[in-house]
Formats: sequence, C-alpha cells, structure tokens
Amino acid sequence: MAEATPVIDVQELSKSFAGKTVVNKLSLRVRPGEIYGFLGPNGSGKTTFIRMLCGLLRPDAGSGVCLGFDIQKQADAIKPLVGYMSQRFSLYEDLSVRENLNFMARIYDLPKQHALVDENIERMGLGRFANQLAGTLSGGWKQRLALTACLLHQPRLLLLDEPTAGVDPKARRDFWDDIYRLSEQGVTSLISTHYMDEAERCHRLAYLSYGKLLVTGTADEVVAASGLTSWSVFGSNVHLLITQLKDVEGVEQVVPFGNTLHVSGHDADMLEHGLQPFMDGEYRWQKTAANLEEVFISLMQDREVA
Amino acid sequence: MRGSGIFSWRRFRAIISKEFVQMRRDRMTFAMMIGIPILQMVVFGFAINSDPKHLPTVILAADHSVFSRSIVTAMQNSGYFEIVKTVASEAEADLLLNEGEVQFVISIPEGFSRGLVRGERPALLLTADATDPSATSNALSAFRLLAETALARDLEGPLRHLRRSSPPVEIMVHARFNPAAITQYNIVPGLMGVVLTMTLVIITALAITRKRERGTMENLLSTPVKPMEVMFGKIVPYIIVGYVQMGVILLAGRYIFHVPMLGNLGLLLLVSLPFIAANLGVGLTFSTLARNQLQAVQMAFFFFLPSILLSGFMFPFRGMPPWAQHVGGMLPLTHYLRIVRGIILKGNSFAQILPNLWPIGVFLLVALSIGLTRYRRTLD
Ligand SMILES: Nc1ncnc2c1ncn2[C@@H]1O[C@H](COP(=O)(O)OP(=O)(O)OP(=O)(O)O)[C@@H](O)[C@H]1O
Ligand SMILES: [Mg+2]
Repeated sequence: MAEATPVIDVQELSKSFAGKTVVNKLSLRVRPGEIYGFLGPNGSGKTTFIRMLCGLLRPDAGSGVCLGFDIQKQADAIKPLVGYMSQRFSLYEDLSVRENLNFMARIYDLPKQHALVDENIERMGLGRFANQLAGTLSGGWKQRLALTACLLHQPRLLLLDEPTAGVDPKARRDFWDDIYRLSEQGVTSLISTHYMDEAERCHRLAYLSYGKLLVTGTADEVVAASGLTSWSVFGSNVHLLITQLKDVEGVEQVVPFGNTLHVSGHDADMLEHGLQPFMDGEYRWQKTAANLEEVFISLMQDREVA
Repeated sequence: MRGSGIFSWRRFRAIISKEFVQMRRDRMTFAMMIGIPILQMVVFGFAINSDPKHLPTVILAADHSVFSRSIVTAMQNSGYFEIVKTVASEAEADLLLNEGEVQFVISIPEGFSRGLVRGERPALLLTADATDPSATSNALSAFRLLAETALARDLEGPLRHLRRSSPPVEIMVHARFNPAAITQYNIVPGLMGVVLTMTLVIITALAITRKRERGTMENLLSTPVKPMEVMFGKIVPYIIVGYVQMGVILLAGRYIFHVPMLGNLGLLLLVSLPFIAANLGVGLTFSTLARNQLQAVQMAFFFFLPSILLSGFMFPFRGMPPWAQHVGGMLPLTHYLRIVRGIILKGNSFAQILPNLWPIGVFLLVALSIGLTRYRRTLD
C-alpha cells in the first residue's frame, strides 16, 4: 500500500485570515483507502485545512495534489470526486429529506436520479423521514442525511468535518461501519473528530495545533512518539489522591476514570520516584501505556508552555 | 459525470426549481409577493377610484337670477357639490378655500344674466382646491356638462337662439394648489413601479440574508456547481416573480380601473427587465450588508422611502425643490414611472423612452456589480 500514489499529497499549505496564520505550512500525505483521523483543539485549523482541500478556500501558499489534480489550479476536476460534509449542517432545512437528496443528485448530474435517491434513502435507513423537512430532523439524523448526501455521487475521497458530533453511540457505530465498508472498496476518508475512541478507529492520525502539524502516524506510533509514561491507580477512595498527586514533581496529568486514576509524565524515573511514597497503602498501582487522550492533552499543554 | 462545462443548464435548472420550492415553503415571503401588490392596489386603487361626492362648495354670487339659481340647483342635483354657504366677497371665499373648509368656490359675476341674455357668453368660474386632484377631477368634469344642460332648460322661447351659440357661457375652471393635476390613470401605472421596487428589494434582501443561506453555500460550493450558476439561479426566480407582479397589476389596471393601454405591451415588458434587475441588485447588495433579517428590511425601507417620495409618484416631480429632483433623478423608479406612464398613457415608442432608459441601465450596472461582487465575497 505504501507504494500507491497518495490520494492527498500536500506540501507546506498555508492560510491566514486578516494577518492571523490559521494553517501554517502543513504537509500531509494520505494513502488510498486509508481512514485518516484529523485531530486538534478548537480553532487549530482543521476545518480551514479541509476547506482548502475541497476548493472552498484558496491556499495562500503551498502546493498539493488531491486525487491526482492540482489543488490550486484544478479544483473543478477535484470537486466531482470528493464528498464533503461540513461541520455545520448545510443542507436545506426547508426542503424535505428526499428533496435535498434529489437536488444533490441533479447538481452532480447523476444518472437515474430518482431510483438512486430511493436506494440511498433505503440503505441509510432514512425511509421514515423521507418526506420530513430536513430542518425538523434531530441532530443525529441531520448528520446521517448529510452523510447520505455526500455519498450519493460515490466519491473517491470523503472529507468529513466532525461527522459524528452529537450523534448517539448506535448511530456512530453505524457510521463507522459505513466508513470501513467504503474503505474496503477503496474510498479514502479524512475525518476530523474530537472523540478519542474514534481517533483509535482510524488507520492513521494527524494532530494539529495552532495550524501546525505536531505528530502523524498510527495511534500506537503517536503514543510511542510522545514519550509519555503512565500509571494507573485503583482503589475505592482514589479520588482523595488527586490534589496531592498533582503537586508531585514529575506528574504532569492526573485524570480520574471512575475508580481509577491515570497519572502520567514525560520523565519516567522522576515520575516513579515521586509516586513511590503513595505506593504502600490501600491503592493498587500498575504501569500502563499512555492513552491517546493523555498524549493529546500533553501536546496541548506543551504548546501552551512554549 | 455528464456535462460539467463552464455553465451547466442542468445544474442551473436544478437550482432554479429548488429556489421555487423554497419560495413556496417560505409562507411569509410568498404572502408578501402576492399580498403587497394586492394590498397596494386596494389601498391606492380604491382611494383613487372612489368618486368623492357632496364636496363642500361655497357660492360667491354677485348676480341673482333664474339662471344662476338653475346652475346652483343643477350642481346640487349632480351629487358632487354640496352648497354649504353663500359669501359676499372674494376674500371671504379665498379664506375658506385656503383653510380647506370648502373644496370649491362657484363665482357668478355681476351682470351674468344680462350678459347671457345678450349672447355675450359671460364667464362662470369654478375654483377648486385641487391639492388632491383625485378628489376633484370627477366633480370638475361633471360641472362643465351640468352648467350647459341646466341653462339649456332655461333658454326657452325668445332665448332659444342662444342655445345654438353653444356653450352659452364661458366655463372657467381654476385648479388651485396643484397645477400638475395627476389623474387616476397616472397612479395605477405608477403603482407598478412602486410595487416592484418595494417587493423585489425587500424580498431579495430578506431571502438572501436568511441565516441558513450562509451554511448551505458551503455545501453547494463543494459540489461542481459554478458561482455563476448559483448567482443567476438565485436571481432568475425573482425576475419571474417581478413579472408575475407586473401581470397582476396590469390586469387589475385594465379590468378594474379601466386604464387604457395605448402603447406596446411587449415593449413595456422588455424595458421592465433592467428595472427589475436593478432592484434585485439593490436587494442583493443589502443582503450582503445586513447581519440579520431586520436590518435587511430596514435597509430596504431606507431605499424605498426616497423612491416613493421623490420619484414623482407621491408628489409632482416638477413641484419638488431642485435638490430633491437631483436625488429623485438618480433613482430607477423615477425613470421607470415616466417610462410606464409614457408607454401606457401616451403610447410612447422605444425612441421616446430612451432618455429614461439609460439612467436605469447605469443604475443597474452599478447596483448589480456591487451586489454580485459583494455576494461572491461571502462565498469565499
Ligand atoms: N473565514 C474566516 N475568517 C476569519 N477567521 C477565520 C475564518 N475561518 C476560520 N477562521 C479562524 O481560523 C481559526 C481556525 O478555525 P477552524 O475552523 O479551521 O478551526 P477548527 O480546527 O476546525 O476548530 P473546531 O474544532 O472548533 O471546529 C480560528 O481561530 C477561526 O477563528
Ligand atoms: Mg472545525
């Protein structure tokens, strides 16, 4: 797979609004069929980057190829091959589900529009709502409709901007099943998300902060590259430790998960030394791998310090 | 993927039909499109069409005779005039007119009956407060006729010969305060321009300002749609709306208000296009400036008020001070009113309306290019 021509291959893409750099010399390579997770704090430039890929925004600098076409000059050739789902619901609230899909089918100039729309309504389970105005759907069903709309023309690349925000677990499972199925068929997806469990489902990840790409790689690679050491503490009154542990030298994060605490830091020796005094009592300690959330939180903290 | 050239008719048509579905669903806007022309026709139309009767009239008579009595009786019988007073001096009569106490003064000069009998055609003067010409025009036209017929009955026997030298009196009508004397025919065609200005500017400003438009544009522009298709797809339905409104007014004008159509209807429809487009350009510009629908409506009124006040619709254009004429001269409605009245009432040809067409063209170019460039920018 590594030899295949990348679906997205951009170099040093930059964009600024009113003098403020929002995407800063970003280079990214996404392979065919890959599910690529795009992460980063609010305002880090994820949406802006995705908009540049699908021709909604013109990059200030940099160059790149998307599906074999130049993103600066051949946006018109890229658009028919890309399915973009914006962060905000952007179909017509005053059109029904079916009317919205019919409209998109006409816009993409697809053959056998009505049959195609019927088939998609059926497949995505939208049948119950077919004649309901899109504006009156619940948030999760709006997302589902938006996904249906951007799959209608069988794009080769999906650019999905927080597609599962506010969606219930069952619908999210369905969504990911769809994405995996498409991935098997060779459809590439670039998905921005704030959910860690979704990040773990991606083949590869990119983490963005203040418009700069900080890390890329598989989830394991990202964790390994962070150099973070983590300990889990179990016990019934484990929450009593939180404030004390935060002041210990070498501890950077203390995160409670029910009756468990995650304590992590970059310097493994200093961390272990600092935690030693707490290890004799009623609590059970275990060294574990850092999870993605800790890695990303620590990336965020590093940026704030810098 | 079929037909993805510079401009695709399929996509263009898809956008237009979508716009119409949305238009139909937006009850408020739809009601405005049909409601405003009807409301305005009713309000203005019936105010004009109403045939005011029993208008207060004062008699200034220096001659008391059978003839003057018959005239006064005939005036009262016509229903238009109600004699409220008899005064002795012209100054007194003028005061009543100035204060709006009476609508008419009928002056019968000294020696009226003597002059009449001698066949000298004495003058019979009717002075009218024509501030609101629609209020007096019917009474005035009735007066000319009734004076003659009333006298005809009195001119019997030896005076019979006077009937032949018709009319036996010189009827003078003096319309005070409003020399331009706009008639009802003047207003109904004018209404067309007013309705188009009002609804098109407000509707486009509103429809495009709708919050949801902003978001949907993001979706639309990630598809193969071209900005041109979006912009024209947006404008064309409103042009059609403009023509529907014109149709309503023309039909009502013809069959309810019996306004004659002397000119070429095709010419009228054709030259209305730049006017409609100019108003859409204004609406489009406002929609890009307004942050919400309320602001859009406020801006539309900001444009609408001078249009209706300074265009010659409300007040005679030549009666306005020079600065107001200059402002009015820049507004498309001013020129459109002249074109519509020219075509409908005077049967003007294309060459005759040309002097009023090019200012609309200039306005159109400016408004539409500002509107479109600003609109494009919101897409970026
Ligand atoms: N059209 C614009 N004009 C000015 N500034 C903008 C514009 N679009 C985005 N920005 C700014 O660019 C920065 C990055 O925005 P962007 O929407 O790309 O972030 P994001 O990573 O998608 O955030 P989130 O996770 O909240 O969706 C923000 O500070 C935002 O204010
Ligand atoms: Mg975003």
